Amino acid sequence: MRIPYYPGCTLKTNAKNFEVSAIESAKILGIELVELPRWNCCGTVFSLTSDDLMHHVAPIRNLIRVQEMNEDGFVKDEYRLLVLCSMCYNTLKRANLRVKENPDDLKKINDFMYLEKEGYEGNVEIIHLLSLLKDLGFDKVKEKVKKPLEDLKIAPYYGCMLLRPKEVGIDDAEEPTIQEELLSSLGANIIDSPYKKVCCGSYQTVQDKNIVADLTYNILTHAQKEGAEAITTSCPLCAFNLDNRQEEVKKKHPDFKKIPVFYFTQLMALAFGLDKSFCRFDLNYINPEPLLRKKKLLEG
Amino acid sequence: MQKEKSKRIDPTEVMERIATASKTVVSGVEDKDVKHWVTIYITGKGYKVPADLTILTAIEYAGYKFIRGCGCRQGFCGACSTVYRKKGEYKLRTGLACQTRVEDGMYLVQIPFVPAEKASYDISKEEYNANVFFKYYPEVARCISCNTCTKACPQDLQVMDYVQAAIKGDFEFLANESFDCIQCGLCALRCPSEIVQYHVAQLGRRMYGRYGSGPEPAHLLKRIKEIEDGKFNKEMEEITKLSRSQLEKLYAERKRESN
Amino acid sequence: MTKKVVITSKNVDFLKKVIELSAQPITRCDQCGVCSGSCPMVNEMDITPSQLMRMVQLGQEEVLGSKAMWLCASCYTCTVRCPRGLDVSKVAEALRQITLRKAIDYIDIKKIPKGEIKKLPQIALVGAFRKFTG
Repeated sequence: MRIPYYPGCTLKTNAKNFEVSAIESAKILGIELVELPRWNCCGTVFSLTSDDLMHHVAPIRNLIRVQEMNEDGFVKDEYRLLVLCSMCYNTLKRANLRVKENPDDLKKINDFMYLEKEGYEGNVEIIHLLSLLKDLGFDKVKEKVKKPLEDLKIAPYYGCMLLRPKEVGIDDAEEPTIQEELLSSLGANIIDSPYKKVCCGSYQTVQDKNIVADLTYNILTHAQKEGAEAITTSCPLCAFNLDNRQEEVKKKHPDFKKIPVFYFTQLMALAFGLDKSFCRFDLNYINPEPLLRKKKLLEG
Repeated sequence: MQKEKSKRIDPTEVMERIATASKTVVSGVEDKDVKHWVTIYITGKGYKVPADLTILTAIEYAGYKFIRGCGCRQGFCGACSTVYRKKGEYKLRTGLACQTRVEDGMYLVQIPFVPAEKASYDISKEEYNANVFFKYYPEVARCISCNTCTKACPQDLQVMDYVQAAIKGDFEFLANESFDCIQCGLCALRCPSEIVQYHVAQLGRRMYGRYGSGPEPAHLLKRIKEIEDGKFNKEMEEITKLSRSQLEKLYAERKRESN
Repeated sequence: MTKKVVITSKNVDFLKKVIELSAQPITRCDQCGVCSGSCPMVNEMDITPSQLMRMVQLGQEEVLGSKAMWLCASCYTCTVRCPRGLDVSKVAEALRQITLRKAIDYIDIKKIPKGEIKKLPQIALVGAFRKFTG
């Protein structure tokens, strides 16, 4: 299966570990992520005012690229756009819904983008990798597992953008289970935490990193109290706040014990027996390798 | 709406018209010999000018002298940025005055200068990744991919694409796409996110040149070593001691193919 | 603590403006407090989301001076839990935009320390600048 793939800016730089592990583990499942040509930054957040159309131009422009991909033969009859980053997923999906529900607004936006070969016709669907895997069937994922993540106690973290608002959520907003199902098929032990859907602080990390330190402290220590040894996430901003900001957490709460944060695709790559280079653990802030070696999931 | 039949344009005829029109400015051809006239508006005042002049020469024909916003007159320096509207159109257009021919009903505004602070940096101390752009020009994160910069560019560059390349850390694309930028400033003037695209591109090209574009060419390294070894020291010392008339003589008698 | 409030046409105009910009029937809020209880940033706020909604209902333009609307992280937890179906995140955005559209930014981009900018991923910078600059 060849599916159009939208990376988003951060997956090309700070979160390259997310992209590489996703592309390679998807290959094992027969899914080829074909990068959108000439994609642009989606804007990260969905503009919430009723009158704003300008900030929907950026996400909608990417949807025209999906049409072009089909016309140019990069993919065949595939109008689903696969997204990994939770924030990009949320923004693209909400913008898509916005213009589908308001054809007058879509016309205005298309007219504004008159330099494009064509306007957006409204037939693209945004899909997150977790949803694609669920549609494929987690039993198919289990079949490819060469190195089950036995004895690894993982607390999956969802954050906000995958679950809220309800019209774009990939799972129930209060009791999601999709990451748990995936990680179980990889053989891991699932640790549940009520903080799995509490916001990490998001973009407040730029101006108010101390607030993020408190939120992160709560999210991580609650998971640790339940026995978690690692966290998974699907968002480079959550990863930054939960992983990189552990430095600030330690400064504010000296009793805090560090805990590695994975992208769920890194664990997929590991469980599928792929080479360590496809996991790019060097880009994780808290080094996960000592934990993985202890669990005999990595050599050394 | 009736479909208009497109007239075949004869290039020779066009060049002759331009030459005739230009003569009115350059060598004083009489107005009665000019067949085609248009009216253009300079700072709101209407002027009748020969039809085939460039905006630059038309403004001079009307009696103005450029002391700002005029440079090489050849479309290379980016000094003569112009913003204008055409009669009956709402579109705001941009171009270089020296490269754009006048049309009837043009409302012209010459931009002498675009305010844009350039950051101070030492590329030898920077890491080769996208963060360098955010470090010196954090406003680049405000780009909303509206494409207004691309529409404004008189060099037909894909400006939005190269700004996006900067955000993605794709230095190679940024360097190649922005190569023909003449830093006229029209993109920066129109940008709703107040980014100065050409400064971002300059930083990107410098970084790419140093870190991304491969090893220095052998002939360059050879020449640098020759300079450092003092191969040209004697010649330089001699030439800097010459008087103006001696230099002029040296220049006039230099070796040329035609001699 | 009680405060006497006199509603004038100016207050009504402000309420109408926020209703239009957020596309939310703000008068429907019955102050149940679920949004405040759900908000992850409420401990840092000077007024709670419920109080923000109340001030808007009463057309109190001084709500624009609160820190609360800038501390919102747009997590949409209030959105999914409001029993009246109100999207409080859209109300917060409307209040932010009223200020930002007057060319009053909440953060000065150039004042972010270079060491921080070096660490921060694009997603954080783009998101923050979208929410805090006009």
